[in-house]
Amino acid sequence: MLTAKQLSELSNISIRIRKNIIEMTHYAKSGHPGGSMSMTDIITFLYFNWLNIDPKFPKKEDRDIFVLCKGHAAPALYSAMAIKGFLPEEELKTLRSIGSRLQGHPDMKALPGIEMSTGSLGQGLSVAVGMSLALKLDKKKNRVYGVMGDGELQEGQVWEAMMSAAHYKCDNLCVFIDNNKQQIDGNIADVMGVEPLTDKLKAFGWEVINIDGHDFEQIESALVAADKVVGKPTVIISDTVKGKGVSFMERQLCFHGAPCNDDQKAKACSELDIKNGVCGCQI
Amino acid sequence: MSDLAMRDYYAKALIALGKVNKDIVVLDADLSCSTRTEKFAKEFPDRFFNAGISEQDCIGMSAGFACMGKTVFASSFAMFITGRTWEQIRNSVCYPKLNVKVCATHAGITVGEDGASHQALEDIALMRILPNMRVIVPADALEAEQAIHFVAKEAGPFYVRMCRGATPVVFNEGECDFQLGKNKVLKDGNDLTIMACGIMVDMALKAADVLKNEHNITAAVVNVSSIKPIDEENIYQMATKTGAFVTAEEHTIYGGMGSAVAEVTAKKCPIPIEMLGVNGVFGESGKPNDLLNKHNLTVQGIVDKALAVKSRK
Ligand SMILES: Cc1ncc(C[n+]2csc(CCOP(=O)(O)OP(=O)(O)O)c2C)c(N)n1
Repeated sequence: MLTAKQLSELSNISIRIRKNIIEMTHYAKSGHPGGSMSMTDIITFLYFNWLNIDPKFPKKEDRDIFVLCKGHAAPALYSAMAIKGFLPEEELKTLRSIGSRLQGHPDMKALPGIEMSTGSLGQGLSVAVGMSLALKLDKKKNRVYGVMGDGELQEGQVWEAMMSAAHYKCDNLCVFIDNNKQQIDGNIADVMGVEPLTDKLKAFGWEVINIDGHDFEQIESALVAADKVVGKPTVIISDTVKGKGVSFMERQLCFHGAPCNDDQKAKACSELDIKNGVCGCQI
Repeated sequence: MSDLAMRDYYAKALIALGKVNKDIVVLDADLSCSTRTEKFAKEFPDRFFNAGISEQDCIGMSAGFACMGKTVFASSFAMFITGRTWEQIRNSVCYPKLNVKVCATHAGITVGEDGASHQALEDIALMRILPNMRVIVPADALEAEQAIHFVAKEAGPFYVRMCRGATPVVFNEGECDFQLGKNKVLKDGNDLTIMACGIMVDMALKAADVLKNEHNITAAVVNVSSIKPIDEENIYQMATKTGAFVTAEEHTIYGGMGSAVAEVTAKKCPIPIEMLGVNGVFGESGKPNDLLNKHNLTVQGIVDKALAVKSRK
């Protein structure tokens, strides 16, 4: 159970991450704010309340492994990593610029703490399955976590990996689906439906948990439950909202792959500041 | 004239074709706003099919449409529609010689900020080695438009490679006459030939001016938009006439247009060649121009290669 203090800390961090996402993509004049903001609460919980990771020892033996399958949400990951201490928060400004460690999509060679280079959708889960099996082979207790997009599920390779993970009983593997119901060309249901997800994933042999992906308590209880599952992998279908946290960005396709302009950035940041209590005028 | 985007002219051609040919169908893989096939989708919703984020399925479905007599255009970013799908293109499109036109946008390093995972620098090589596949790299938007009209008429598999950004106009209206298997000499010269494709053609023309004005070297400039089949006759002529080549492409130097040219000269008329391209490495995030500069894919980069090859004559 999370205490009120923990909850408010998590909420403050998630607001800070969202603000970083807005600012860094605005500064870079490119990037993917929408899908970064939909998974912000998930990455917040993982990085600040769950994963066994240490920015001082990014390669430590017993660490948990995190794979950002939907690599275009790198701004959310970089921001969480910065607040955690893997890199200076100031460095977020270098996102997508030449020579930066913060590549448009995560580059494991560039930045310690990134476990896998991603960006081409559909490939991350297979890699996570390989990691999970390697850990099992070495009789290690580390766990593997991932975040996938719901649109990403359209890639055939995802379902190949779903089969492998169940076949090999990867119970040290737990992936979130950032179920924001949108992709680039429109709503998932209109472009290429993926439902009924729960039934499909169950049929593929996975433990399936459904949660609200913006609710820290639900995220926690899902992770606790996943920890206890034996003999199969767990998927946490997390209902989320693309662009979550800034009123005019929510569910707006245009913010999938384009940042705020100057006005929008100012407006978004002041909305987030108000939420964070910076100007103390919520009531 | 201001710069124009090849992908906008791709869409323009698709719509024109869609109007006169009811058998044209267009497929995409969740990038229709970027590839601009959404414009065709708006005009002809019943002949547009979005495969979602599943490029392999997109190519497979395209093959199926082609089996049933349709003329199929399949689009996405060059990275995904040639890379993820290579084996589908080989076995389900090229081997049965089906009427599928793989039309990619966002090729090359000028994809920019998305970085290495999205910058296709190997796609010309990937497509060129496939039997039955023909490969076209237009030099500007107008040539792209013409090439699309051409491939719609010509049966069988094609790969058309376009970039993301708006690019300088190389051809004046009415001057462009794309022909498969034909090089176009854009500027004559005696000391060497610059063989270029895609966005490098405009730079090659500027480099030829620099060579003339600053080094008293006359360089011929040839647009190699038809990389396969390649114009062996023109390559032979230019090799015998000028005795040295620079090849320039926004692609790895391995297996691309430069290699295709060198395959011809090695066989028929060995001459010194300097190849300008990405030097067998991955790209990275950055502004398109910064990346071009970093890899010397610039007017100066071509001039330097020209001076180097001249000294080897
Ligand atoms: C293999 C591949 N195809 C296409 C793309 C281009 N692309 C980037 S994001 C995206 C949509 C992703 O949708 P989803 O997985 O639902 O992510 P979210 O909506 O959460 O951002 C696409 C098609 C890609 N990165 N990789």
